[in-house]
Amino acid sequence: MRKDSIEILVGVFVLVGLAALAFLSIKLGKLEVIGNTGYDVQAEFSNIGGLKTGAEVEIAGVEVGRVTDISLKDYQALVRMRMKPGVKISDDSVASIKTKGLIGEKYVSISPGGSSRMLVAGSTIRDTESAIDFESLIANYIFGKV
Amino acid sequence: MDYILAVPGSIGAAVIGVLREMGDMFLFLGRTLYWTFIPPLKVNRVIRQIGFMGARSTALIVLTGAFTGMILGLQIYYTLQKFGAEAYLGPAIALSVIRELGPVLSALMIIGRAGSALSAEIGIMRISEQVDALESMSLSPYRYLMVPNMLAALVSFPLLGAIFNVVAIYGGYLIGVKLLGLSAGTYFSGIKDFVGFRDIRDGMIKSLCFGVIMIWVSCYKGYNTEHGAEGVSRATTTSVVMASTLVLVWDYFLNSVMLNF
Amino acid sequence: MIEVKNIHKSFGGQAVLKGVSFTVETGEIFAVIGGSGQGKSVLLKVIMRLLEADSGDILIDGKSICGLKGQALYKMRDRVGYLFQGGALFDSMTIYENIAFPLREKTKLTKKEINARVEEELEKVGLSGMGHKYPEEVSGGMKKRAAFARVLVMRPEVVLFDEPTTGLDPILVDSVHRLILWGKKTYGFTAVIVSHEIPEIFGVADRIGMLSGGVMVETGTPDEIRNSRVPEVKRFVRGLSEEVSVGGIA
Repeated sequence: MRKDSIEILVGVFVLVGLAALAFLSIKLGKLEVIGNTGYDVQAEFSNIGGLKTGAEVEIAGVEVGRVTDISLKDYQALVRMRMKPGVKISDDSVASIKTKGLIGEKYVSISPGGSSRMLVAGSTIRDTESAIDFESLIANYIFGKV
Repeated sequence: MDYILAVPGSIGAAVIGVLREMGDMFLFLGRTLYWTFIPPLKVNRVIRQIGFMGARSTALIVLTGAFTGMILGLQIYYTLQKFGAEAYLGPAIALSVIRELGPVLSALMIIGRAGSALSAEIGIMRISEQVDALESMSLSPYRYLMVPNMLAALVSFPLLGAIFNVVAIYGGYLIGVKLLGLSAGTYFSGIKDFVGFRDIRDGMIKSLCFGVIMIWVSCYKGYNTEHGAEGVSRATTTSVVMASTLVLVWDYFLNSVMLNF
Repeated sequence: MIEVKNIHKSFGGQAVLKGVSFTVETGEIFAVIGGSGQGKSVLLKVIMRLLEADSGDILIDGKSICGLKGQALYKMRDRVGYLFQGGALFDSMTIYENIAFPLREKTKLTKKEINARVEEELEKVGLSGMGHKYPEEVSGGMKKRAAFARVLVMRPEVVLFDEPTTGLDPILVDSVHRLILWGKKTYGFTAVIVSHEIPEIFGVADRIGMLSGGVMVETGTPDEIRNSRVPEVKRFVRGLSEEVSVGGIA
C-alpha cells in the first residue's frame, strides 16, 4: 500500500510536470511537435531590418505561416517561410516586411495578387518590399529628396 | 624565523587542501556518472527519490512560483509604466521567469528542502557505517545512493522548473490583468510573440545543470562526513551553502554562454 | 587462513598501526584485544579493505588481497562477512528487508526461497516475528542479532566482528558470545573478533592477540594471555578485570 501510493504520487508529479513543460514549449515557445506540415516558399529582400526566424507571416492580419530560416544570398536576404497547409498564395503576391507597433516585432505581410496560378512548395515570391528604414527615410526628407 | 615561514606555509597548506578537495569532488562526480551507465539500474530507488525530491517539493514550488510571478507583476509593471510600455508586462515576466528565475529559484528551494536532507541522510549512513556495510556486501554505494539521486534530480529539476514557470506566469497574469487592468489578450499574445523555444530550452538546460550540482555537492558532502553527529550537521550546512553558491556561479557562466550565441 | 603481515596505517601523520602481524587459522576464533584508540577497528577495516593500509600485506588462503580491484575485490568480500559495531542496519528498511537485501541484490533466488531463508535466519538468531519492525524500533541487542543474521544469510567463510558487544548489558554480552559460538559451530566460519570484554572473551576465543602501541605485543591461547609475562598484557588483563569486578560490587 505504502509503495503503491508513492508510485502514484510520482506518476502524478511527472504528468503535471510534463504538462507544464508541454504548455511552455508548444503554447508559448511555438515548438512544432506535431503538425509540422505545410509547404515552404521563399522570398528575397534587399533589407529585412531585424526580421527573426519564428516571426509570423500574415495575410490581412491573419497568421498563415512562420519564418523558418534567414540566410544571405548574393547580398540579398533570403527568407524561407513555412506556410500552413491549405493556404493558397497566388504567384504574383507581394511579400513585405512590416512592424507591429512602433517598437514591436517585424513580420512578413503578404498581399495577394490577382493571378489564378498558385505558388507551389519551394517556389519564390518575386515581388518584395523591404523593411522601411526610418533613418534613410528621414535623411531623404531632410535633404529634400522626397 | 619560524613564524615568518608559518604564513606562506599555512597559505600553501590551504591551497593544497582546496586543490585536493576539488580533485576529490571531480573524481566523485566522475564515478557517479560512470556508475550511471553500469546496469542494473535501481529503478525503485529512482522512483522513491523522484517522490521525495520532486513530488513532495511541488507544493513549495507552486507557492514560491506564484509569489515570484505576483511580485514580478507588481515590480515590472511599475518599471514599464515609466516608459509607457505596460503592454510588455507579459513577455517581461515570462522571459525573466523562463530564462532565469524559474530555474534558479526552484533550484535554490529544492536545495534547501531536499539537498540538505540528502546530505544528512547519506551523512548518517556514513557515520553509522551503513555505507561501509554496502561496501562490505560488495555493493557499490554509487549504484545504491548516488546514481538514483542523480537520475531523480535530472527528472525532477526540469519538471519542477516548468511547473514554477507556468505558475509564475499565471501569478503575473493575476496581478497584471486582474489587479492592474491589463487585457488578458495583450498579456498572453505578448508572451507568445517574444518567448521562443530557445528560451525554454535554455531554461531547461539550466535546471538540468542545477540538478547535477545539487546532487553532486550534497552527496559528496554526505559521503565524506566525519566526526559523528556534529559532522553531519556541518556536512548539511556546507552542502547547502556550497550548492547554492555554485548554482549562482554556474548560472552566470551559462548566461554568458547562452546569451552570446 | 588469514595472514596479516606488517600492516602500517596512519591518519593525518599520526601512526595508528605500526607493523601489525598475526595469523588466523581456518576455523578458529581469533580475538583482538587492546585499549580504546589502539586501532583495533582500523585493523579490521583494513582486512575488509574498507580502509587502505599504507604498507604491508594481507593474505587470505595464501593470496594477497591488497591491490585487488573491481570484481576481484568484490569476489573477496563475498567470502567475508563484517558485523559492524552498531549493526549498520539500513534504517530505511525493516529488519526483514535488511536480511533479504543481500540475497535480493546478489543472488538469483526466487522470492519464495529468499523468504524461507530470511525466516530461517530470523528464527536462528531469535528474532522470529520481529521482521516487520524498523531498526530504530528495536533494542541494541536485537539490532546486533539482526545484523548478525544479515551477515550469516550469505554464508561467509570468514566473519569479522567489530566490538560485537559494545553498549550491551552483561546478560546480552553473554548471549551475543553464545550466538557467535553457535554460529561458528553451525556454519564453520573463521572469525576475527575485536573486543574489550575481558574476561568474557577468554571463553569464546581460540586464540587472542593483544594490540598495543600499534603492534601485536603478544598472541596466544586464552591461558597464555592470562598468564602472560609481557607487562602491557599483564596490566591490561589484570587492570580491566579488576575494574569490572569493582564495577560489579558498586
